[in-house]
Amino acid sequence: MKRAARAALALALAGCGRPAALDPAGPQAARIADLWWLSFAVVAAVYAAVLVALALAVARGRRARRESAGDGPPAPRPPDPARTRRIALVIGAASAASAAVLLVLLVASVRTGRAIARAEREHPLVVEVTGRQWWWSVRYADGRASEWFETANEIHLPVGRSIRLALSAGDVIHGFWVPALHGKRDLIPGRANELFLRVERPGTYVGRCAEFCGHQHAKMQILVVAEAPEAFEAWRARQRGPAREPRNEAERRGREVFLSSSCPLCHAIRGTSAGGQAGPDLTHLASRARIAGNWLPNAPGHLAGWVLDSQAVKPGNRMPPNLLPGPDVQALLAYLRSLE
Amino acid sequence: MSGDARAPALPGEEEERARLERALDPGPGLRGWLRSVSHRDVGRRYVATAFVFFALAGAAAAAMRAQLLFADNDWIGPDLYNQLFTMHGTTMMFLFAVPVMEGLAVYLVPLMLGTRNVAFPRLNAFGYYTFALAGIVLWTAFALDVGPDTGWFSYPPLAGPEFSPGKRVDFWAQLVTLTEVAALVAAVEIVATTFRQRAPGMSLDRIPLFVWAMLVTSFMVVFAMPAVMLASTYLALDRLVGTHFFNPVEGGEALLYQHLFWFFGHPEVYIIFVPALGIVSSIVSAFARRPVFGYPAMVLSLIATGFVSFGLWVHHMFATGLPELGESFFTAASLLIALPTGVQIFCWIATLWTGRLVFATPLLYVIGFVATFVLGGLTGVLQASVPIDTQVHDTFFVVAHLHYTLVGGAVFPLLGGIHFWFPKLTGRMASERLGKLGFALVFAGFHLTFFPMHQLGLAGMPRRVYTYAPDSGFEPLNQLAGAGAAVLALGVLVFAGNLLWSARRGRVAGPDPWGAETLEWSAPSPPPRYGFLHPPVVFGRDGLWEREAGSAVVTGLRSEPESGTYEVLLTNLVDARPELRADLPGPSIFPFLTAVSLVGTLVASVFTPWAPVFGGVPIFLSLLGWPVRTPPAPVVLREGEVPDVRPAPARAAP
Repeated sequence: MKRAARAALALALAGCGRPAALDPAGPQAARIADLWWLSFAVVAAVYAAVLVALALAVARGRRARRESAGDGPPAPRPPDPARTRRIALVIGAASAASAAVLLVLLVASVRTGRAIARAEREHPLVVEVTGRQWWWSVRYADGRASEWFETANEIHLPVGRSIRLALSAGDVIHGFWVPALHGKRDLIPGRANELFLRVERPGTYVGRCAEFCGHQHAKMQILVVAEAPEAFEAWRARQRGPAREPRNEAERRGREVFLSSSCPLCHAIRGTSAGGQAGPDLTHLASRARIAGNWLPNAPGHLAGWVLDSQAVKPGNRMPPNLLPGPDVQALLAYLRSLE
Repeated sequence: MSGDARAPALPGEEEERARLERALDPGPGLRGWLRSVSHRDVGRRYVATAFVFFALAGAAAAAMRAQLLFADNDWIGPDLYNQLFTMHGTTMMFLFAVPVMEGLAVYLVPLMLGTRNVAFPRLNAFGYYTFALAGIVLWTAFALDVGPDTGWFSYPPLAGPEFSPGKRVDFWAQLVTLTEVAALVAAVEIVATTFRQRAPGMSLDRIPLFVWAMLVTSFMVVFAMPAVMLASTYLALDRLVGTHFFNPVEGGEALLYQHLFWFFGHPEVYIIFVPALGIVSSIVSAFARRPVFGYPAMVLSLIATGFVSFGLWVHHMFATGLPELGESFFTAASLLIALPTGVQIFCWIATLWTGRLVFATPLLYVIGFVATFVLGGLTGVLQASVPIDTQVHDTFFVVAHLHYTLVGGAVFPLLGGIHFWFPKLTGRMASERLGKLGFALVFAGFHLTFFPMHQLGLAGMPRRVYTYAPDSGFEPLNQLAGAGAAVLALGVLVFAGNLLWSARRGRVAGPDPWGAETLEWSAPSPPPRYGFLHPPVVFGRDGLWEREAGSAVVTGLRSEPESGTYEVLLTNLVDARPELRADLPGPSIFPFLTAVSLVGTLVASVFTPWAPVFGGVPIFLSLLGWPVRTPPAPVVLREGEVPDVRPAPARAAP
C-alpha cells in the first residue's frame, strides 16, 4: 500500500516534469518556449489580479449585505453618482491596461513568428515526409537519384544543420508534430507544406500525428533521431544500399516466404522484386527502433505478432492478417530480423 | 419586493382571461401536446430536451475518461471511441449548448419584453420539433452503430466518400443541416420579437441585458449558420451524388471546407457564450441588489464581441500553413476579442463591489464562472499567438482551454440561470442546500478534470486519441482527470436530482421570489400560456425596480377563441411607442407535421437522391395548414386604447 502510494507520487511528479514542448532541442522550439514563458507570466499576473479583485469585491459585497437590515433580499438601491464616476475611471484604466498588455503580446508573437519563418532557409537538408493512414513514409531524395531511399516512422537528422521537411499527405489530413523541435504543421492532400528546423541537442524525440486521421490516429507516432553529422552520414550510407542478402538457409527460406506471399503487394524491399508502395519500405527494417507506426518495440515477439495478426495490435489498420504455417513464420522472422 | 407590481383588477378581466385561455389551449392528450405553440411550452421543452442530450453527451465523455485511465487500455476500441468523441462534441455543440440557450431565450425573451408570445409562434414550434427529431435520429443512428466517427468538425477527405464509406458521416451532415435550420428559426424569432414586440416604453436603451445578449447572438446565428449549412450540404453532396467540392484530385479543395466550417465554428462558440453573458448579468443584478454597472459599456461590448467573433476563424487553421501576414491579422483579432469580454468582467466585479450580495446558488455559479472563464480566456490569449498555437493546437491543451471557456463560460452561468429561473419555470424553489452542494462538486470536479489537461497537451498528448503509449508518461494526469470526471458527474447528478425533487416538493414560489428587476418576475410563476393578461408598460431601464405600484398596463388587446387568435401590441424599433396590434395564431398540428416531413426527407436522402423530390410533397402539403383561416389585417391603434407612455422619471445613469 505504502509502496503503491510512493510509486503513484513518483509517477505524478514525472507527469509534472518539464513537458516536451517546453524542453526544446532546437532553436525553433526554443523561441516558441521563450514566447510561451513571456506570455505565460503576463497572463498569470492578469489572472491573479482578476481573482484578487473578485475576492475583494465579494468580501465587500458580503459585508455590505450584513450591514443592511432585514431577512429577505435587501431592497434594490440606485448607485451613488460620485462613486460611479470613480469606478468608471478604474474600469477605463483597467481596459486601457488590458489593451496595452495585448499589444505587447501581439508584438512579441509576430516577432517570434517572423524569426521562425525566416530561419533555416540556406541550403537545408531536404527530407520528404508523407503522412499515411496510420504511418509515416520518410524519403531522403537529395543527390543522385540512385542514392535516394525511403524508410518509415523514423527520421534521422544531423544536429546543427538546417532541415527542410517537405510535408504531404497520401490519403487524408495528418499533422506532423515533434514538440521538442517545432510546432506542428498539417499534411494536406493536394497541398505541399514545409517546415524548416534545426536540432541542436542529439537525442531521440517522439512525435505524434496531431490531426485526427481516422481509426488509428492514436497509434501514429514518429521518432526523430538526431545524431552527430558523422553518425548521420554513416546511417545514410547504410540506408542507401539495397537489402542485405540472406546469409543462411532460414533467411533464404524467409525471403521466399516473403516474396511468395501477399507481402510484396504492399511492401518494398530494395534489391528484391518486392516493390509495393502501400505500406512501409522494409529494406532496412531491422535498423529501426520500433514498428507499427512507432508503437511497438522492434523485437521478435512483437514483429511476429504484428505479421500474423496486426489487427489485434492496431484494430482497423490496413494490413490484413497472415495465415502462415509455423515454420514459415520462423523463417520470415529470421529474414526480416536480418534486414539491417 | 416588487412581486406586487401587478395591475389592479380591471373591468372584464375574468372574461378576457377565459378567452385567452381558450385561444391558446392546445387541447388534451398527445395531440394537444404536439399542437401547442405557446413560447412557454416550446421554451420549456427546448431546455428539457437539450438537457437530455447533455446527459447523453456527458455519458459519452465519462466513457472516454474511463478508457483513458490506463495506457494502452482496450476497454473501448478505436471504432467506438471515435464515435463517442464525435457524438460528444456534436451533441454538446449542436444539440445542447446552442438549443438550450435558444430555448431559454424563447421562454424568457417574450416575458422580459412584456409580450404574449414570440413573433411567429408556429415557426417557433416547427424549429423545436426539427431540433428534437434531428437529435433523436442522430442518437438512434449511434445506437445502431452508424454513429458518425470523424469528429464534430468532420474534415474531408477523412469524412469524404473514399475514407468514410457507409452512412455514418451522412447522418452527421444531415443532422447539422437540420439543427442549423432550427437555430435560424429561433434566431429569427428573437430578432423579430425584440424589435417589434417590446412593452411600450422599453426603448432600445432599456432592453434587459439578457435580451441584448440574445439579440446579438441571434444576429450571429443568422450570419454564421448558413456557412456551416453550406459546408455540411456540400459534404453530403460529395458523399451522396459524387460532387467533388472537397476532393483535391478532381479540382476540389480540402481547405475550403475548413474555411466554411470555422467561419461558422468560431462565431459558434460565441453563440454559446454570449447568451451566458446575459444570464450572468441577470443574476449579478438580482443578487448584488443593484443594476449592473455600466449598461452602455455592457451593451457595446456585447455588440463588439458579435462583430469581432467573425474575424477569428483562421486561428483554428494556424497549423495548415497559411501565409504569415494573414495569420498576423487573425492573431490581432483573436487578441482583440479579449477586450470587450474584459470590460464586461470588470463591470460585473464593480457591480459586486458596490452591491449587497445575497449568497444564493446562482451567485455562486457566477463567481465560479468568473474564476473559471477568465482562465480559459487567458489560455485563449496564449493561443492567439501563431507560434504558441502551433505547439498546443490539436492537443489536450486545447481540450482544457475549450472546456474552461465553454463549461466555465457557458455551462456554469447556465446552471446558475436554471437555479435562478427555476421558480419561474416550475412555480417552486429549488433546494438551496442541494444547490450549493451541487455547485461545490461541479466546480471542484471540473477543475480537477480539466486543469491537468493543459500539462498533458504541452507534454505531447494529441486530442482524439483512444489510447496512449505506456512509456509516454501520460497516465498519472489522465487518472487525475478521470477522478475529477467522477466528481463532476456526481455534481451534475446532485444538480439534476435537486431540480427533479424540487419541481414536485420544493417550496412554492411567488411571482418574484428573488426581488429581481426584469419583467418576467411580474408574471405569475409559472406564467400562463399568454404570459400577461395585461402586458406591462415600462418606465425605466430597471424594469420592476422602477415601476410604481399600480402603474400602467396595456389594455384593449382582443382575443378570438373561435379562430384561435389573440392580439399582441407592436411597438416601434427605437423607443417602443405603440404602433399596431397584430394577431398571433393559436395552436396547430401542422408545424409538427412539417418538421416530421423535413426530417424524414433529409434522412431518406441519405439512402436515395430521390428523397428531396418526393419529400417535397408532404412538406408542401403540411405548409398549407400553417396560415390562419382569415388572416386579419393589423389594426392601427386607436387613441385611448392603450395608455400613453409617460416620460420616465428622472434618474441617475448607473
